[in-house]
Amino acid sequence: MLLEVKDLRVYYGKIEALRGISLQVDAGEIVCLIGANGAGKTTTLKTISGLRKVSHGSVTFKGGDITSMPGHQRVTLGLCQSPEGRGIFPGMTVMENLEMGAYSRKKKESEIIAADFERVFGLFPRLSERRKQVAGTMSGGEQQMIAIGRALMAAPDLLLLDEPSMGLAPKLVTQIFEIIREINSQGTTVLLVEQNATQALSVSNRAYVLETGEITRSAPASELLNDDFIRVAYLGE
Amino acid sequence: MHNLIIQFWPSVIDGTTTGAIYALMALGYTLVYGVLRLINFAHSEVFMVGTFASLFTLHALGITHAPGGIAAIGVFILITLAAMAASGLVAVGVERVAYRPLRKRNSTSLANLISAIGMSFFLQEVFALRYGRDLIPFPRVLQKNVLFHIGTGVVRSDKLLVVVGALVMMFILDRFVNGTRLGRGIRAVAQDPSTAMLMGVNIDRVITLTFLLGGIMAGAAAMLYGTFYEVTQYNIGFVIGIKGFTAAVLGGIGNIRGALIGGFALGLIETFGGAIFHAQWVDVVAFSVLVLVLLVRPTGILGENLQRARA
Repeated sequence: MLLEVKDLRVYYGKIEALRGISLQVDAGEIVCLIGANGAGKTTTLKTISGLRKVSHGSVTFKGGDITSMPGHQRVTLGLCQSPEGRGIFPGMTVMENLEMGAYSRKKKESEIIAADFERVFGLFPRLSERRKQVAGTMSGGEQQMIAIGRALMAAPDLLLLDEPSMGLAPKLVTQIFEIIREINSQGTTVLLVEQNATQALSVSNRAYVLETGEITRSAPASELLNDDFIRVAYLGE
Repeated sequence: MHNLIIQFWPSVIDGTTTGAIYALMALGYTLVYGVLRLINFAHSEVFMVGTFASLFTLHALGITHAPGGIAAIGVFILITLAAMAASGLVAVGVERVAYRPLRKRNSTSLANLISAIGMSFFLQEVFALRYGRDLIPFPRVLQKNVLFHIGTGVVRSDKLLVVVGALVMMFILDRFVNGTRLGRGIRAVAQDPSTAMLMGVNIDRVITLTFLLGGIMAGAAAMLYGTFYEVTQYNIGFVIGIKGFTAAVLGGIGNIRGALIGGFALGLIETFGGAIFHAQWVDVVAFSVLVLVLLVRPTGILGENLQRARA
């Protein structure tokens, strides 16, 4: 088991945003977390990354307890998140953004890092063409590519993706999900948070359904895709 | 008007000289504002400590008159390093003592401001009690030779040293921030602290580094100030600090290149103001500029840094 979250409780002031969430991600999987706006999907990811304080429960990564580890150290362990709303560094070039992904990697890895740049440019040829362009001036789809590519530059074992399809044209959404599948087939485990449940479920192995801070369902993705209740509630049918 | 024509070149030269010092100071305010969104009002005392550090180094070296040749270069290197080290350490210390504990408690910006003022008084009083409240003269470090003329203006060696020294420091800082991994870390925190953390940036360490850099720039300014004006005092940083802050706001706070432009612009504006009205009006002109900028264009000449369009 790569990641294990046990009975996680997180508060925003007095509001309990996560009410005892438990989930697991095994190496090699794509797992998605679906749910409505405000259900706690983003909070779950942020807590796993170390951006939110945990009031109760634990987060275990590669067998070690990381519940109270500072966020920046988790990246070195092999856990990297691509934040919601693209969260790129708008004043930096594409290349500088990608270099930020490799920020905490050692200098002696430089050859592997160079290979990772090639991997990212292979996945996103568009970024290769625009290395010197300032990221803030690029389109939404391109910014999303930067955010995902940048997270990959940390060479994570577990990639956390927060709403990678948000605000993108349908054609781009399909492309992004193909790339997620491709990233996974190259050996990176993916934990995905999505409102676009149909697409997310179709690339995932397993899924959790989150409602107001609690997990209400956990099942293989294919099963949820064919579930009448889920179809009505989350797939807009 | 006649006066202005005679004073034109001398004003350009003097304005550039004082502007260079303001610009170095402005960098300290702007760097810290960039990553923390707070004005470090104790920065003036960071400068003050730097002037004392170079003075004490001169005393320790037994310098009473300007040395020549290689000895002069050695002395300059030593007093520069001493001022930078002292100012850098004090800046880092101020962050640890006055800001970090508040940050960990998510305090308001008002609390930070009060903490800064407290730190400022503390440092001033320590130096006042130890070294008195009078002006303390510097020994002459550099022969103030006339090097050449521009129009009616006279370029002296000490003025040239101030401008060239400041430009060198600015260049090094610019290369560091825009061309190195750690510099990228600073920019990342300035643009989006949470995402920077997600990329593995240790934010506390970046903040320390930012204060250190600002302190080093103030130390350089302090050494140049001591060499040029040849005095210091426990509250010497007060006016220089406010001028540096004005320069930072004028150029666009949070923007490194803005700080440079703001520094030189303020130096020139106030020197020309002094030439047009009277030398005693220099500060009035400078602070009128601050008020005007805040009223008309609060984002300064270059505006809010484009790197933080989304901040």
